[in-house]
Amino acid sequence: MKALLIGEYRQGKLLDSTYELQAFAAQLGAECAMVLVGSAAQAPKFGGKLYLADAAKYGEYNPDLHKKLVLEAVAKEDPDYIVFVHSSYGWDLAPRVASALQAGQVSEVVAVLDGKFEVTCCNAKMRRTVTPKSARTVVTLQAGAFTLHGEPQGTPLLETLELSDLASPVEFIGYEAAERREVDLTRAEVIVSAGRGVGKKDNVPMIAALAKALGGELGASRPVVDAGWVPHSRQVGTTGQSVSPKLYVACGVSGAIQHLAGMKKADFIVAINKDKDAPIGEIADVLVVADVMQFVPAMTARCAR
Amino acid sequence: MKILVCIKQVPDMESRFKANSEGTWYDETDLAFRMNEYDEYAVEQAVQLKEQLGGEPEITVLSIGPDRVVEAIKKALAMGADRAVHIRDDKYYQKDPWQIASAIATHAGTKSYDLIFTGMQSQDRGSAQVGVTIADQLGFACATTLVGFAYDSGTVTVKRELEGGAKGVVRLKLPAVVTCQLGLNTPRYPTLPNIMKAKKKEISVQPIGDLLKVEELTATDRMYPPAKKGGGIVIEGDVNDQLDRLLGILKEKTAVFR
Repeated sequence: MKALLIGEYRQGKLLDSTYELQAFAAQLGAECAMVLVGSAAQAPKFGGKLYLADAAKYGEYNPDLHKKLVLEAVAKEDPDYIVFVHSSYGWDLAPRVASALQAGQVSEVVAVLDGKFEVTCCNAKMRRTVTPKSARTVVTLQAGAFTLHGEPQGTPLLETLELSDLASPVEFIGYEAAERREVDLTRAEVIVSAGRGVGKKDNVPMIAALAKALGGELGASRPVVDAGWVPHSRQVGTTGQSVSPKLYVACGVSGAIQHLAGMKKADFIVAINKDKDAPIGEIADVLVVADVMQFVPAMTARCAR
Repeated sequence: MKILVCIKQVPDMESRFKANSEGTWYDETDLAFRMNEYDEYAVEQAVQLKEQLGGEPEITVLSIGPDRVVEAIKKALAMGADRAVHIRDDKYYQKDPWQIASAIATHAGTKSYDLIFTGMQSQDRGSAQVGVTIADQLGFACATTLVGFAYDSGTVTVKRELEGGAKGVVRLKLPAVVTCQLGLNTPRYPTLPNIMKAKKKEISVQPIGDLLKVEELTATDRMYPPAKKGGGIVIEGDVNDQLDRLLGILKEKTAVFR
């Protein structure tokens, strides 16, 4: 069994998520080779063959050219699995490679069970096991689901990938940095977060009042920020801030994986949610099954004493 | 300009899910369905582009599924799409993303669309494949996870959302497929006059068999709720009793209340 692992490189740096691909291959018991559109100076630690294309020539984001480069490596390696991280790079590129190869794709794999792939669905409330039916399979891995045990090791054997035709209908203009943060939630000892379950913008001050009573900061989940109820600078999660307070109180937060990724390192997690089955309950130390509108003001009153 | 918007109808994610009798998808009984949230942003962006261009583009909205998906189609028409295609398929959940994308690409292959909008993923299956696969099948340019969109004389400039809050700015030549992320715009609520107007808009119906020519490449063996990890304390009951217990636990387990 052979796996071709597609590494990630951004703003001149190899991304650590690249090593999650190695962890997955190890779990699968697959022999592996890697592909990276990056630079030799930022090659991953790896004991096998690395197909390297120069990001200065092929761009950090140019999915049409990156697809062709991956297909070159597929032709040389004849892998059973082509593996990406389920990230802004991976979910954008993987279906292009799968479509070109007419290979089945299994998205956002969280585990390997008896040779089948387990994926999440329905906002993490359900899971599925999926079996590929094609000769080759493209897989994307949920960020953080596979962790390499021990330090990555080895020096890869480099082989350069080149394309003769650089024409592409997609032109990368550049990066826009994240908005400047007015609030540094990473230093907060207590964070009280508002989720969609708070219902409307008018209810946000109630959540902020609990944060104040506990001497903490107000945080928010993505839907609350998208709705304009709370500024982006207070968003917790993959596209916001990753936090590790002593106490995290999630009010009406359902617990989408992107939110959990940003707060699961909190020392103690309290979730207040009227839905006993909400995915936030999976990682909460305490789940209070209650209406946020009733419970939060009562808690604020008790804590402010 | 001809625009296609692909939408899916999905269950409200606040619902309780259980597996169906085949054990390979969720039981639809008692579930309330609505337009996939990501697709609302796709419809809105298409309608904003039509308004920017003085109403010239024609917007077709397409959905695959059983008869209930007509409700989502009607919402898209009331938001401002011009016409609709309902690809009828009662067993939609047995098709993999490759088959869904292939059916849509077959439809689009004869219609010379300039721009195709989709959500970046569905809230139920969440494969994030269909839009990109359509683009690859049609040979269109494609960018995913849009949080910004601008059109100017034949060129589309988009902002892609990246991890950590950064964005990637990308220019695309038409024809193109773009997949929309939450927060791209503010999807409008259909007004009553527009809901009435939408009733007169054409919804053509076609069976999936007319468009689907390929076999599945992946199959679901089983669907099930995740195993409960346990450990977490669940507190139910009266608010005051709940508070007594919670504050007791917090005093014991955290430094915050000392």
